[in-house]
Amino acid sequence: MNNLISQFWPYTIDGLSLGAIYALVALGYTMVYGVLRLINFAHSEIFMIGTFAVLGMLHLFGMPSNVGGFALVGLLIVLAVAGGLASGGSAVILEYVAYRPLRRHGASRLAALISAIGASLFLQQLFARIVVPWAFDLPKEKGALPIQGHFVEKSDVIHIGSFELSNDRLIVIVGAVLMMVLLDVFVNRTKLGRGIRATAQDPETAVLMGVNIDRIVTATFAIGGAMAGVAAALYMLRFEETRFDVGFLLGIKAFTAAVLGGIGNLRGALVGGIVLGLFEMYGSAIFGSEWQNVVAFSVLVLVLMFRPTGILGESLQQARA
Amino acid sequence: MNDSSSGNPLTRVRGAYSSATDSIRDRWSGAPSWVRWLVYAVLIVLALFLPADGIGSFMSPYTDWPTLLFFPIGGYILLGIGLNVVVGQAGLLDLGYVAFFAIGGYAMAVFGVKFGWSFWEILLVGIVLSALSGIILGAPTLRLRGDYLAIVTLGFGEIVRITANNTNYIGGPNGIGGIPHPPSFSEWTIPDNGLFDALGIGGVQPFKYGALDGKPYYYLMLLVIVLAIIFVKRLENSRVGRAWASIREDEDAAELMGVPTFKFKLAAFAIGAAIGGATGVVYASQAVSIIPTNFPFILSATILAAVVLGGSGNLPGVILGSFLVAWIPERIRGLQEYRVLVFGAVLVLLMVFRPEGLLPSRRRKAELAEGSGGMGSMGAEVAGPATVAAGEVSE
Repeated sequence: MNNLISQFWPYTIDGLSLGAIYALVALGYTMVYGVLRLINFAHSEIFMIGTFAVLGMLHLFGMPSNVGGFALVGLLIVLAVAGGLASGGSAVILEYVAYRPLRRHGASRLAALISAIGASLFLQQLFARIVVPWAFDLPKEKGALPIQGHFVEKSDVIHIGSFELSNDRLIVIVGAVLMMVLLDVFVNRTKLGRGIRATAQDPETAVLMGVNIDRIVTATFAIGGAMAGVAAALYMLRFEETRFDVGFLLGIKAFTAAVLGGIGNLRGALVGGIVLGLFEMYGSAIFGSEWQNVVAFSVLVLVLMFRPTGILGESLQQARA
Repeated sequence: MNDSSSGNPLTRVRGAYSSATDSIRDRWSGAPSWVRWLVYAVLIVLALFLPADGIGSFMSPYTDWPTLLFFPIGGYILLGIGLNVVVGQAGLLDLGYVAFFAIGGYAMAVFGVKFGWSFWEILLVGIVLSALSGIILGAPTLRLRGDYLAIVTLGFGEIVRITANNTNYIGGPNGIGGIPHPPSFSEWTIPDNGLFDALGIGGVQPFKYGALDGKPYYYLMLLVIVLAIIFVKRLENSRVGRAWASIREDEDAAELMGVPTFKFKLAAFAIGAAIGGATGVVYASQAVSIIPTNFPFILSATILAAVVLGGSGNLPGVILGSFLVAWIPERIRGLQEYRVLVFGAVLVLLMVFRPEGLLPSRRRKAELAEGSGGMGSMGAEVAGPATVAAGEVSE
């Protein structure tokens, strides 16, 4: 407990930056769930693909070790775009291969879940065994090891008393919030966004109103995947390493965040991510970091016991969206 | 959606497979009871001769076949039977089933090593303990529905594994070693002559649980599996089974009809957990040592895949699915590092071509034709051939 009080600000900042990444990944789960009522279990692998795309981009730039100023902003944008394209693209392919045929059969959601788990295993192994050794010129058996990618020297940008904010955490929080706002505007203000909301609300009526559902589903996967790709760029900035199963635990946490905030609800994903990140860091301050994940899941169970539809409730269907 | 008129060869193969399984099922449900008992007896006798070397050399060229039959194959089948109670019968999505397996395994390890109890005592205690933990998990969470329940159970599975990892009393990340084997009943040896030798089980001591021979453990697992099947089958045809089916189909309607849904959901959780715990005890009694990483999330996912793949709700289907999911990765061990890759692709392909599972129950099949599958369908359905046809009629 003393640990938490004396180190309150560092834990809070860590919690916020962790929560911001959870929230961005959670968007993918929550959007797909809102439209398809499907837990896209392979979304964690979409995130993983994003981290490797970012890493590949860094390699293309010759692994810059200490970027600063405008160069950093430019580099971050390039990395985020690379991650977003790779993740968004693979999410669309995933939907096309693993989910669309099932939707055509009118298969149960359980079958789709199994298909997702299969796709998740496949993608993890594909990267560990084939893609990573090939792309980074490693011997085959090293593909499953973590790969580093350090490109920003960490330094404190704000320093008030015990409140210290380092540059990487600041960028992560600002970047994530920026993306969430952009997405919120997109879903609420554009025609495609209206189509997504309509489909989430009532697919049959949406079809009757001239919404092309296949296009909406593709767009949903693309946007959710792109958000995971941006999250991957921020994750690489903050944690500087990745491996083939990096998405597993993060994916579970992000899904937890989505459920915590109210699945299907975009703003809920932000709230859920931040709450989860904060509780995790405070929990690890009090009980020790080995209990971090237990705290996260206990929070989930407790919240759901008292608010069974999450903090903000399920509402991609509602106007909130 | 058997669209055989389309002429697509793939669709035709699928249609042929469906009608073949249908006709077998029809014949089975029309068969007199003595035929059924005969088939059961034949199946059990066949299972007794399954660990023979001749079968093993084909089924498992890379690993010891009897040990493989014990775990993963036997273990997955038993876990599949248990999870099927929760997922297939009561329609509750459980993504943390491995937790009960772990609790059974640790019960065997702790009571066997620290208290010196014997296997049979621990089997009972392990079953009671895991059923209790099922109730403890279920009581606060079973008011949740669908995917919320799924994620909470997933969290529970992780909590159990991490707690085992962080608790020094049960060995932390090093787990517990030196778990005793079950006490041997007798040294009786199957006579090593003509007939038994030809069948490949001559010279086996089926009731002596040593460190080397996997066959006695397989027979032990087989016994537990048969008992579990009888138990679950009896339940399925009872009031409890009907209540589960009604909850699975429509929970609100069931509640309105006076089914105490919460009580029955809790019962499904406890019974599923008990079977998972039993598997854990039997597994640990052979494994000598267990560590927390024996119980990863992916095992829960794999068992769930086995249940759905085989045809959730239908016991023969579940057993077939579990067998395949356990056996395929071992059989293709020759592919070395690519086997999980292939396994993942196979899962996707099987779901794409046969989403109702290999041997679906009749009821589930009917549900699927209606488009709900008993688990609710996905939201945005694409207009398939059926809906297009309906549109053409109105034209």
